[in-house]
Amino acid sequence: MSVQGGGDVVILAFETSCDETSCAVVVGDGSLRVASNIVASQVELHQRFGGVVPEIASRSHVEAIIPVLDRAFGDAGIEPHQVDAVAVTFGPGLVGSLLVGLSAAKAAASALGVPLIGINHIEAHIYANFLEHPDLAPPLVCLTVSGGHTDLVYFRNHGDYDVIGRTRDDAAGEAFDKVARILGLGYPGGPAIDRLAASGDPAAVTLPRAYLEEGSYDFSFSGIKTAVLNYVNGLRQKGLEIPVRDLAASFQAAVIEVLAEKAIRAATATGVGRLALSGGVAANRGLRRLLEDRCRDEGLELYYPSPSLCTDNAAMVGCAGYYHYIRGSSGEGPVNAVPGVSLSQPGS
Amino acid sequence: MAKLIEASFMTYAPGETRELGELLGRLLKAGDVICLMGGLGSGKTCFAQGIGRGLGVKEPVTSPTFTIIHEYRGTGVPFYHIDVYRLEDSGEIECIGYDDYVYGEGATVIEWADKIQDILPCERLDVFLDAVEANEDGLAGAGDARRIRFVPRGARFRILVEELVRDARARL
Repeated sequence: MSVQGGGDVVILAFETSCDETSCAVVVGDGSLRVASNIVASQVELHQRFGGVVPEIASRSHVEAIIPVLDRAFGDAGIEPHQVDAVAVTFGPGLVGSLLVGLSAAKAAASALGVPLIGINHIEAHIYANFLEHPDLAPPLVCLTVSGGHTDLVYFRNHGDYDVIGRTRDDAAGEAFDKVARILGLGYPGGPAIDRLAASGDPAAVTLPRAYLEEGSYDFSFSGIKTAVLNYVNGLRQKGLEIPVRDLAASFQAAVIEVLAEKAIRAATATGVGRLALSGGVAANRGLRRLLEDRCRDEGLELYYPSPSLCTDNAAMVGCAGYYHYIRGSSGEGPVNAVPGVSLSQPGS
Repeated sequence: MAKLIEASFMTYAPGETRELGELLGRLLKAGDVICLMGGLGSGKTCFAQGIGRGLGVKEPVTSPTFTIIHEYRGTGVPFYHIDVYRLEDSGEIECIGYDDYVYGEGATVIEWADKIQDILPCERLDVFLDAVEANEDGLAGAGDARRIRFVPRGARFRILVEELVRDARARL
């Protein structure tokens, strides 16, 4: 790896693909430092509605983005003229939300006269690991699991990766949210289920594990949601009490076993020796514990970010932007919102 | 001949629900709007996956619950897959380009369409999906049986449902 010129590289980053309005300043001189990472969490706003509400989300982004940007500069102790490049998430996500971050980033890059680097949201999640683990180097396999994504990525090198598996129906985080709603646990559902699962019996209710065809790295979580629903409806019709803790534990076990099995198999088959976790569901304690055990057995190194970097934040976007910048792959053409982009598509 | 008012199908496995969706997908034209209504786990996304397949979409059609709108280009007309599950009311979807899709150049499928009843086009196909208790008609399939009811609104969709019934019979 070579760094262009002397001194530090300062990246200003924006992330507004879904719930969170976030700005960050990351500073690199071969290794990376998060100078600031401000997230104006909108979860409280969404809790009232039981999910992500796009129009409300984009309106809140508009209201929050300038104060969040000011805080990011203030906390970092960095002046705008020190910025070398601006990084921004261009997709996938909600188009109205993406556009707020993109507009702010374009304005900032234009005013500062620095390049604008479009970052894929899934790629950014992977880079959360590089922020916290300076020893982590490619190649690796990364499992990104969140409300909107379940992706297994073979990361050969910076800028060289493929999605080798993904969900064919519901994302893992979506299954958590919907099952939480069935069980009356509220939004976001993941942490609530994780908490209840800790005191439940994962073998109490038999639920299906969708491993799909032999050798497939794809996932499917819509069947398990329906299985939980059938089970709950069956009990309700008989007027029986729903064993919420046991059901949460059984559901969580069924989801994380499939995630862990496929991630381990991918890391073993590619011979990379390293497995990284990312996305909101990477904060799930059950998943971390299971993967720690499995990785120890298989002789794999396991990496995951701290909870604040698992969920959406701009520091991970800045980290991805930094690696693009030092490779010289920045500011090529216009950067536009691409709501349904996959990891192999360019962002312009 | 009596005018067809609605048609009803039973499926007994997710694969059959998908197959019925595929038959419908093959018949869709630009501007068609299909509204899917039914509870969690009733097979809406599964049926929409079939429609995507019928429109020649090769990539996996995944749940749009999180991102609200997914767009696909297959061999047929563009496929717009909308899920309004997380929305509170129709005002919110209008702000994210709803009219551009529904009155656009593709076929639009809307999951949980009953939540935005007031802004649905008058001409459309309503599809109601219900999980049927397996033992109700003495058939096996432990929770996988679905009743899928098609209610056409407008002449174009009456013809469409007649074609669908014909194609489904030919399959039997």
